[in-house]
Amino acid sequence: MTASESINSTSSERATPGIGINVTQALAGEHKGSTGQVAGVEDITDPKIAIKGLDFYYGRFHALHDISLRIPKQQVTAFIGPSGCGKSTLLRTFNRIYDLYPGQRATGEILLDGRNILERGEDLNLLRAKVGMVFQKPTPFPMSIYDNIAYGVRLYERLSKGDMDARVEWALRKSALWDEVKDILRQSGKALSGGQQQRLCIARAVAVKPEVLLLDEPASALDPISTLKIEELVAELKDSYTIAIVTHNMQQAARVSDYTAFMYLGKLIEFNATETLFTNPASKQTEDYITGRFG
Amino acid sequence: MNIYTRRKVVNVFNLGASVCTTLFGLFFLFWLLWVLFAQGFTHLNWDLFTLDMPGPGAEAGGLRNAIVGSLMLTAVGVLIGAPLGVLAGIYLAEFGRYAWISHPVRFINDVLLSAPSIVIGVFVYEVMVVPMGNFSGWSGGVALAIIVIPVVVRTTEDMMRLVPDTLREAAAALGAPQWRVVTSVVLRAALSGVMTGILLAIARIAGETAPLLFTALNNQFFTLNMDKPMANLPVTIFNFAMGPYDNWHDLAWAGSLLITLTVLTLNILTRIFLRPKQ
Amino acid sequence: MNAESPIVTADTPGNSQKRSLGDRLFGGLTWFSAVAVLLVLGAIILMLFMGARPAFEKYGFWGFITSAQWNPVTEMFGALSPIVGTLVSSLIAILIGVPVSFGIALFITELAPPWLKRPVGTAIELLAAIPSIIYGMWGLFVFAPFFADYIQPILTDTLGELPLIGPLFQGPPLGISVFTAGIILAVMIIPFIASVMRDVFETVPAELRESAFGVGSTTWEVVWNVVLPLTRVGVVGGIMLGLGRALGETMAVTFVIGNAHKLHWALFEPGNSIASTIANEFTEADGEVYTAALIGLGLILFIITFIVLALAKLMLLHMSRQAGRQT
Repeated sequence: MTASESINSTSSERATPGIGINVTQALAGEHKGSTGQVAGVEDITDPKIAIKGLDFYYGRFHALHDISLRIPKQQVTAFIGPSGCGKSTLLRTFNRIYDLYPGQRATGEILLDGRNILERGEDLNLLRAKVGMVFQKPTPFPMSIYDNIAYGVRLYERLSKGDMDARVEWALRKSALWDEVKDILRQSGKALSGGQQQRLCIARAVAVKPEVLLLDEPASALDPISTLKIEELVAELKDSYTIAIVTHNMQQAARVSDYTAFMYLGKLIEFNATETLFTNPASKQTEDYITGRFG
Repeated sequence: MNIYTRRKVVNVFNLGASVCTTLFGLFFLFWLLWVLFAQGFTHLNWDLFTLDMPGPGAEAGGLRNAIVGSLMLTAVGVLIGAPLGVLAGIYLAEFGRYAWISHPVRFINDVLLSAPSIVIGVFVYEVMVVPMGNFSGWSGGVALAIIVIPVVVRTTEDMMRLVPDTLREAAAALGAPQWRVVTSVVLRAALSGVMTGILLAIARIAGETAPLLFTALNNQFFTLNMDKPMANLPVTIFNFAMGPYDNWHDLAWAGSLLITLTVLTLNILTRIFLRPKQ
Repeated sequence: MNAESPIVTADTPGNSQKRSLGDRLFGGLTWFSAVAVLLVLGAIILMLFMGARPAFEKYGFWGFITSAQWNPVTEMFGALSPIVGTLVSSLIAILIGVPVSFGIALFITELAPPWLKRPVGTAIELLAAIPSIIYGMWGLFVFAPFFADYIQPILTDTLGELPLIGPLFQGPPLGISVFTAGIILAVMIIPFIASVMRDVFETVPAELRESAFGVGSTTWEVVWNVVLPLTRVGVVGGIMLGLGRALGETMAVTFVIGNAHKLHWALFEPGNSIASTIANEFTEADGEVYTAALIGLGLILFIITFIVLALAKLMLLHMSRQAGRQT
């Protein structure tokens, strides 16, 4: 893809797709000049999302510091780190959901297929249709299971009754919920159990056929069995979607993701292939965190 | 020990006074309702709903025209006031949540919530009755609408605020523009609360008298013409109670009972509406 | 926010977004409705002022509010008597209503067993739901005669004998008086004051109450020395809210106050209030000045209640911010 090459050339000093070059800086936990791409063993040449020099502010509070990162296509990228490290904040910039609130702002670049979504005039509704999101707590809408799924579809597509039925079934099958709810599609989504509700929300996000799926601690409010189902689901969904998942659970990150980013105090400390990050972390801070010495 | 005894005495005395004041409040409630039910039910009969109000000195009569008039005035008041109130409440809770103008609107709305209703009657007299040249049902409806608006604005905003932001985010994350987030998700989630606000507003205007005195005025005869003075229960009760005839007093009690039963029913309905569903 | 984009919620420079047509239309509609609330207020003040102008021009503002004359035949109109009647009846309502409301709030928050809290609270709230015309009917036919027969003689024989305040408790044994109006107003505003007091009492953190009990305080001492000082602003706000209600109350007062344009020291004499004067005389007022004088009364009433209610609102806002900080 030429897009990524052009990205590299536009801001050459940041986007140095090095191989573990910034380890020492990351170890020290400080940024000398512009560090850009942090530790990573593989060069991701064709990213779905490329973040460059991203800073984020809640009013005066500087929440994210100079984040640069490339999220690969059709892989699962996990974001881990202690609470308050900015992992959810980062995820919320990918669909600019933060824009609902005044005083929250991002500077830098987030390139989705090479186009900067932080630019003025970006159509946020279209962006969000392309970049779906599932939240920490299940958020079923106050309507039937069927309408929950159809809601997003109806926003952008005019489908016949038959096509819509097919789409709802497809989305529910995709999120492994169809067998449980096929006879109660007209019931309220709120009547489902917590785990079912969360899969309903995944189905709702999947139904609009997004390109990217953002999962913000999707299993943190769920029991272990439901968590397992969600994890299996993530593994299946990655064939069709680029997935970014925030989790506070390191085992979960290790189980479901291909790449993992470790964040600390609003900074990206290390980004690497999951196996490498967990077995042979480049940064001392990462090592301390994954071995449970802090956080 | 002396101090301790004194403290205990003060405590028991004051807490005893607290119980007494509560009984005092409840006593007035039951006294009022007792008189109302005793007087009202003895004069409740079919004539009330089938006959129009009697003239001075006339024997038989009912409140048919006043009941119909009150229903129409209330309907006009709610149909004008409720949509405006809901929209303004939506602005305060959603579109204008962070806008500076929401602060004065909220403040003024809360003041209007308790503003003297008689002044609203005077205001509507000035802006509608004088230019139109006569008292009319329409002007009465508008006066009631002005009372409905603050009630509905307040409850709509409060109820929409109770909807968690995560739900708004979830809808926005699907690519829904804000107006669809608001109408099909937030408003839907807050619907029972918003309905409650409208019911409360109806309960509020069902017995309002002061703003109708010089807008809808009253009318001894049956009419559905909103351009003319319109009979209504509260003003009829006022006129009949102040009048010299016993059958007028009886009708006033019966009318009072009708209004109170309506208001109590609406209050029970709001409690049912607001009861959390599992 | 700039004037031409009233519906933009997110005021985020550099991140501003295109808004869909639906958002602009619907958002604009809601904006217009919200602004309508402000317009209504502005229109009320403007129209009342314009309607009252002939009276203000004839007597002057100060002349109007300081004259106690009210004579439609000679076209002499002064607002003093209704203003005094309004203030006095509301003051009586506050003097009776506040202690009772405090007692009720204390009972509900501290004394009542859990199963009793809700029914008692609901019953007290019902007092606020009953339309004022019902209070008026009941006041005229039931309470006024009862008061004249049983309560008024006792008060005249006891308080009426006292020096200084004695003359206040005199008057004909009719039960139709400023004092009766004040009592009925008290009953009407109790639910408002009591529910605000109950709400602000409940904002006091449990740890604070517990530590006060912990040093051996009695229930009364906890409420009087800890809860009340902490919630002072909110309590005063609630009282102001009740006062605002009492000042503007029309129908209940009109039935029992007597509608006499006279100033009396005696509280058992018939009197009038601004609202009752307007209610009684507005439709029969003939002549520009008469109507203007009544509208002028309305304007004065609106301004007084507006100030009182605005103060109440400010105090309650202050209170809720404080409560927000504590949690």
